Amino acid sequence: MQVEVRVKLKQQVLDPQGEAIRRVLAGLGYSEVEQVRVGKLMLLEVAGGDREAVRARVEEACREVLANTVIEEFEVRLQ
Amino acid sequence: MKAGRRRPRVAVVIFPGSNCDRDTLAAVEATGGEAVPVWHQSRDLAGCGSVILPGGFSYGDYLRAGAMAAHSPVMAAVRRHAEAGRPVLGICNGFQMLLEIGLLPGAMLMNRTLRFICRDVHLRVERDDVPLLTYLRRGQVLRLPIAHKEGNWFAPPEVVREVESEGTVVLRYCTPGGGLDDGANPNGALNAIAGLVNSAGNVLGLMPHPERRVRGIVGGEDGTPLIRGLVEAA
Repeated sequence: MQVEVRVKLKQQVLDPQGEAIRRVLAGLGYSEVEQVRVGKLMLLEVAGGDREAVRARVEEACREVLANTVIEEFEVRLQ
Repeated sequence: MKAGRRRPRVAVVIFPGSNCDRDTLAAVEATGGEAVPVWHQSRDLAGCGSVILPGGFSYGDYLRAGAMAAHSPVMAAVRRHAEAGRPVLGICNGFQMLLEIGLLPGAMLMNRTLRFICRDVHLRVERDDVPLLTYLRRGQVLRLPIAHKEGNWFAPPEVVREVESEGTVVLRYCTPGGGLDDGANPNGALNAIAGLVNSAGNVLGLMPHPERRVRGIVGGEDGTPLIRGLVEAA
């Protein structure tokens, strides 16, 4: 099954990359964009049919390596 | 050192993408150690007394700087070495690895300028009471190069408080005179933190590159005391 992992900086962590993008957007006239946060999207193809078991394993992998929970938060979505 | 005594053996771990490994091996030899290259697939540290995780871009900085290397086979041996109280030094990418495996607290964010910064900085020495820092004096100002894009040390407020109350900061970015000033902080690191030690005092990580400053001909010897301290602690 395909599993989507989204990793992004926690809200309380300053994201200078997102802020730079926001400034560029504002310069192009998209002044209504008030905040930009940049993250990562990982698409995993995972064997196994038990959705909750797959979710638990992928969340474990997020905590172990895919995200650094000191600065990032993750979200796991099963297709 | 007495004649005939074996030189202390120092492991320098090489990852795919390490690029400061040769300088580090040379710096260990220049300060009296026997430098032993150890490949990241190794499951031991070749009997060395100290270990250095050198700078570079291990695994192309994929995922996060140091994140992939942190899960290399050799890191289990590095962790055992650290937990046994033996000396571990992480330089730049090596420091990022030590944060990733939780041997030191916090994490690295991208520099606040969003740029790779490669230049000399001044650093104030905050500790001199652990074996690795034997040759440094508290309050001393060093001039060393930095070369990184992810050196903006960050931790949640309670961790920052703990680091400061335990006194585990070893180096801070400073002015040439040793003053703390936001303008002297190149990357935005919280509390201008450039280097940390664990509470036991045997695991040290820093963003600057001491191995690039062990000979006057390449711009100074401010890196020598730290490398020598590690070699002699082996």
